[in-house]
Amino acid sequence: MLQVKNLQVKVEGKVILHGIDLAVNAGEVHAIMGPNGSGKSTLARALSGHPEYEVTGGTVLYEGRDLLEMDPDERAREGIFMAFQYPVEIAGVNNAYFLKAALNAKRKHHGQPELDAIEFMQLIREKAKDLDIDQGMLSRSVNEGFSGGEKKRNEIFQMTLLEPKLAILDETDSGLDIDALKIVAKGVNAMRSPDRATIVVTHYQRLLDYIVPDFVHVLSGGRIVKSGGKELALELESKGYGWIETGAEPVQA
Amino acid sequence: MTQLAEKLHPWVASGRPGGGPRWLQDLRERGAVTFTALGFPTVRDEEWRFTNVAPVTAGDFQPADPATSLDAGRVDGLPYAEAPHRIVVVNGRFSPGLSRVAGLPRGVRAGSLASAINADLQADREVVQRYVGQLADFNTRPFAALNTAFLDDGAYVHVPDGVVLEQPLQVLFVSANESEAPTVSYPRCLIVLGDRSQARLIETYVAADDAAYLANAVTEVFVGESAVLDHYKVQQESEQAFHIGSMHVHAARSANFSSHSFSLGGRFVRNDVLAILDGEGAEVTLNGLYLADGDRLVDNHTTIDHARPHCPSHEVYKGILGGRAKAVFNGKIIVRPDAQKTDAKQTNRALLLSDDALINTKPQLEIFADDVKCTHGAAIGQLDEDALFYLRARGLTYYEARDMLIHAFAGEILERVKVEPLKQALESQLYAQLARDLAEVDAA
Repeated sequence: MLQVKNLQVKVEGKVILHGIDLAVNAGEVHAIMGPNGSGKSTLARALSGHPEYEVTGGTVLYEGRDLLEMDPDERAREGIFMAFQYPVEIAGVNNAYFLKAALNAKRKHHGQPELDAIEFMQLIREKAKDLDIDQGMLSRSVNEGFSGGEKKRNEIFQMTLLEPKLAILDETDSGLDIDALKIVAKGVNAMRSPDRATIVVTHYQRLLDYIVPDFVHVLSGGRIVKSGGKELALELESKGYGWIETGAEPVQA
Repeated sequence: MTQLAEKLHPWVASGRPGGGPRWLQDLRERGAVTFTALGFPTVRDEEWRFTNVAPVTAGDFQPADPATSLDAGRVDGLPYAEAPHRIVVVNGRFSPGLSRVAGLPRGVRAGSLASAINADLQADREVVQRYVGQLADFNTRPFAALNTAFLDDGAYVHVPDGVVLEQPLQVLFVSANESEAPTVSYPRCLIVLGDRSQARLIETYVAADDAAYLANAVTEVFVGESAVLDHYKVQQESEQAFHIGSMHVHAARSANFSSHSFSLGGRFVRNDVLAILDGEGAEVTLNGLYLADGDRLVDNHTTIDHARPHCPSHEVYKGILGGRAKAVFNGKIIVRPDAQKTDAKQTNRALLLSDDALINTKPQLEIFADDVKCTHGAAIGQLDEDALFYLRARGLTYYEARDMLIHAFAGEILERVKVEPLKQALESQLYAQLARDLAEVDAA
């Protein structure tokens, strides 16, 4: 589904990613872990097409197409979804109205009929229940005045509504209490299927107790320094990142 | 008068209306003399620091023909012309044929100011004489003096004590100029709400054609004790027009006055709003939305004068500017020594869609009481890049995302419009104009 080769990314003139190689197949869950400043979020944002993240080298293929040639909105309509680490508050834009516009943009792109207001409300009521999203959150402005937990749940809510092929969760667990974490994990797990893939970017192993990854990659200094199975996350949890940073050679995939 | 005329400013030296009662003739005369003494303001004048009126003074404006007649069809196509009640004033003169005032509650007067001045009933004459010219202080305001020098007709609305006007009333000021030369007219509006009365009024300034003209308007509004007035000013003059208008408001004890100002048209626009909270518990709300593109100028000056204790005021003005448009916002709040427990809140925001658009904004607080709450905030900026990216990351195109953010910005003011068909008319006008502005931005 996704082939990242030697990806190099610059932010505000500074090179953050020095050559990332990553292959994600349909049906897989990949965890990207690493200490603060290792480039985890940069990778997530570069894949979503954030304009401040300049790709200076390497290639990214998504379903055989050159992802880097696609605008952020085209990536979204083609099935890539990034759950933001810091969801943006948008005053004056009603949450339900925004969700409907996003869903219909995608449906239109795929030649499906757009949902009318009634069909849409039925759909979101159904989906909202599972994620403990109350109706009040839907009628407020997008993320405005939401608590940290509400914002993250709203991200996952959008994800379940837009049903992406490739979901990228950018530190969705940071700042979440255990109950919210479980709700988020439930949402992500419900989406797991043989034709979808997920990239979970996280600093801590805790989320991976609930979203069990197939692969774990450790990022350090803008490179993937170690890859392994889910047990790698546990090892990191007990030994800390210091072990990786001092003991490992950069891995060439 | 004859010997004075030689010394009068050329704008008021000739062509002024005559006749009417003695007090009216005196009022006009004082307007003319005061205007002559004041002259047009310059940028050295604090109130006009950022707005140079040279294009007005340099223009060779001929008095607009008050006898100009308009087809009813032309008027019916104007924004919210379907209002249940409407007063139409063409080039300053009341037009009975185009107005629709039947079915108003008993005692309500809505129509010609000149007719009220010369009314058969002494009571009507007295109301006008008591109020007209009382608020529009022309001793320091040249354009109010100029308007007063030409005071003759206009719109008059009087809602007696305790009467509730349930249906909205529109006062439509139309400028019609079929000649090639620019014209000037002096729209005048007097609104008197008795104690405990209520009304919803829409004051609209429009053009019948694309011509160049100056509309120099003055509106005086008296809101009696516990009266409620919901007022809308829709300024949609032609693209070549100059509009210099002031609204002067007096709110008595426990009165509630809200103003919604939509400034959408005109090439050179100045809107002044002055509201005096002159009784305990009076409340004033000033909302404003202005739009300018190309080389247009929009200047909004507001003054909220807290003269009595326990009065709240709320003010939110928002502007959307494209092209090389220039805007000025000056929000003055005065809290008099007696006005303890004042609660005044002012917000001013502007969205600049192009690099060449410019705004000068200034809050101006003059507080002479010590137990008050006054807040103000100004924010000028371009569209929020983070919000744009967030929307795009959910599949909306750049243009869809931008439209959504601009509509959200304007929506905060639009959604406060309580007259549904007016809101829809404003929305479609605003969004059609925005679409044009944005096409220009994209082409650049």
